Amino acid sequence: MPFEIPKTAYSGKIKEIKLGKGDKAVTIGGETAYPFYLFEGEMPNLPKIAMEIYDTPPEEWPEAALEPFAGVADDPVAWAQKCINDYGAEMICLQMLSTDPNGIDRGADEAAQVVKKVADAIDVPLIVWGTANHDKDTEVLRAAAELCQDKSLILGPVEEANHKKIGAAAIGYKHTVVASTPIDINLAKQLNILLGNLGVSDDLLATDPTVSSIGYGIEYCYSVMERMRMAALTQQDDKLQFPIICNVAKEVWKTKEAKISEAEDPKMGDAKKRGILLEAMSATVLLLAGADVLIMRHPEAIKLVREMITDLTAK
Amino acid sequence: MALTGIEIFKLLPKTNCGECGVPTCLAFAMNLAAAKAELTACPHVSDEAKEKLSEASAPPILPATIGVGDRALKIGGETVMFRHEKRFENPPGLAILVSDSMDDAEVDARLKRFKTLEYERVGLTLRPDLIAIKADSGDAAKFEALVNKVKGKSDGGIILMSDNPDILAAGLKASADRKPLLYAATKDNLDSVANLAKENDCPVAVKASGLEELASLTEKLTAAGLKNIVIDSGARTVRQALEDQIIIRSTALNKKYRPLGFPSIVFPGEMTDNPMKEAVIASMFLAKYAGIIVLSDFQGESLFPLLVERLNIYTDPQRPLATKQGIYEINNPDENAPLMVTSNFSLTYFIVSGEIENSKVPSYLYVKDTEGLSVMTSWAAGKFSADIIGPAILKSGITDKIKHQKLIIPGYIAAESGSLEEEMPGWEIMVGPRDAANLTPYLKTWKA
Repeated sequence: MPFEIPKTAYSGKIKEIKLGKGDKAVTIGGETAYPFYLFEGEMPNLPKIAMEIYDTPPEEWPEAALEPFAGVADDPVAWAQKCINDYGAEMICLQMLSTDPNGIDRGADEAAQVVKKVADAIDVPLIVWGTANHDKDTEVLRAAAELCQDKSLILGPVEEANHKKIGAAAIGYKHTVVASTPIDINLAKQLNILLGNLGVSDDLLATDPTVSSIGYGIEYCYSVMERMRMAALTQQDDKLQFPIICNVAKEVWKTKEAKISEAEDPKMGDAKKRGILLEAMSATVLLLAGADVLIMRHPEAIKLVREMITDLTAK
Repeated sequence: MALTGIEIFKLLPKTNCGECGVPTCLAFAMNLAAAKAELTACPHVSDEAKEKLSEASAPPILPATIGVGDRALKIGGETVMFRHEKRFENPPGLAILVSDSMDDAEVDARLKRFKTLEYERVGLTLRPDLIAIKADSGDAAKFEALVNKVKGKSDGGIILMSDNPDILAAGLKASADRKPLLYAATKDNLDSVANLAKENDCPVAVKASGLEELASLTEKLTAAGLKNIVIDSGARTVRQALEDQIIIRSTALNKKYRPLGFPSIVFPGEMTDNPMKEAVIASMFLAKYAGIIVLSDFQGESLFPLLVERLNIYTDPQRPLATKQGIYEINNPDENAPLMVTSNFSLTYFIVSGEIENSKVPSYLYVKDTEGLSVMTSWAAGKFSADIIGPAILKSGITDKIKHQKLIIPGYIAAESGSLEEEMPGWEIMVGPRDAANLTPYLKTWKA
């Protein structure tokens, strides 16, 4: 009995958006099939990896995560340049850790100056990520949007509570907005609609479903992302057709499983390799669910995931 | 092909006797078609009809079982392409490879890892399932000796790997009682390997080059009366292997195409020489449809993430994992350590306990059984209110462990603090942060 390969009935397409500007601008989205279902449709733009850097030296990182950035962790500009020059980063994500009101609580203007310095020093697209504190992110991201008005930044997380203020600044200064919602397809759609109503154009919008690491609920974001792609591609839900950005590295490396030493728990094996694998595997799972941009940390995890993307799309 | 209700109806006695529990044969037929009833509920159905119907009502992806007793591994039986559509049923087996051309020390080290690398999580034991024993030497006696050794040192399931039926037979001599998986029947040895599987009542894997050939080979095995089948499309590049996994599942589920309706076996170690990359490829197969993943080797650092990912992906989306109710001691607390309460949704537990650990503040965490619901959901459902939390804590034995009478509750249930003070006379109820991420600064300034 011969067999017939079933074809998914696709009716939609992920929106294609350009991040950054100039020669190093990056285009994401454009998929016409489920992730890596290349026998059914196209992925005209391969998923991209943004390397994360921090605006203040990280304190709680395990040694394995700090080692590749020795000597630059206290200088965001040098850190970004190292990522680009030594590790081939196509994008940078500046995590605004210093602005956390529960931490250093650095003021918005001072924080924006750091964004400006990094933006001036690099030519790849720059994602600027706050601390998910609505009020503080509003101040910080608005200040950064204004100070870097010709830089085509990507600003996140933009949540329902602060979408108007950050959205307005992004519209005014032509930055891309990352709409962030807590692991829920309906809330994701709702926020995309609200941002659209506010006047954010479709080519300046990406979505963040809130992701987590293996062991910390990755199955939830996995399924929400799969449902988003299903709605976008087979149910013509054009409010869910935005590219997906996954801020995954910090979720992985803060877990105790990524930190614990082999001496403390020999069954967990080599701590450095384990951290790298937890990051690379979490990223791979998210790629299969529909990630367009992965925000990652360890160069070796990034190398593994890049190879996976190459292998999965090999001719 | 699955039958429609009407097609099934034609095969039923049409007596409308009602003994199956529904009033008419037509209604029963409709229930059968919708998989809401079992054919055994009808006492009058003919044997001929039974055969036709059971064939048609068999699951679109047949289950396979490898091994015996407690360690028997059941795979296959999947019903959906996406876990949110229902759930993934049977987690793929993870195997470690040993070969009869490895030296003893290497084999021993691998068997030791297989045995000792197991992990407790949410009350479950996570561990690898299978040992794949590969005949590389070409010497049947050597292979048999290795199978005997593996059997003696482990109770895990066994995969016998050779394309030579004589060598497989030697392996079976040592291990038939353990119902090993024979890997593999191919177009060149199909009849002999099928016979071995039949004689020994063992599961059998088929290896082909491509899906067409794979389907023609499984049809031959099915015709020979074998059902416990595992399939390998032969793809050894990541892209082709993923594509085959997807097509196998979708053809079986969406076209009810029986010749591909079996669990699959994959070999990420044959797709790369880099052990790190191999583990990442394995992580893809956990999410995308493998039935068995044979790893060329594993260590704690690669096995642990794979086991946890498997647990995550195969969690029933309708039944969240729950943690056991009780007092959890974090960072070696003493009698002056803070006491917190949270729900027993496993994710809540992992995040809260992880943040407490990160804070390095010695603490007690009391996890209340909320039927696996999160703080907000269980509170809204009346399962995490003062009259439930108060008595549970007073009875938990925590009062023998701490000197103070202060309880930190999640910020989201701040509204319960008044009633809790009534439920727990003499206690001070303190409202903690809403988000576990803010526990560190909170705990660092907390005073007994």
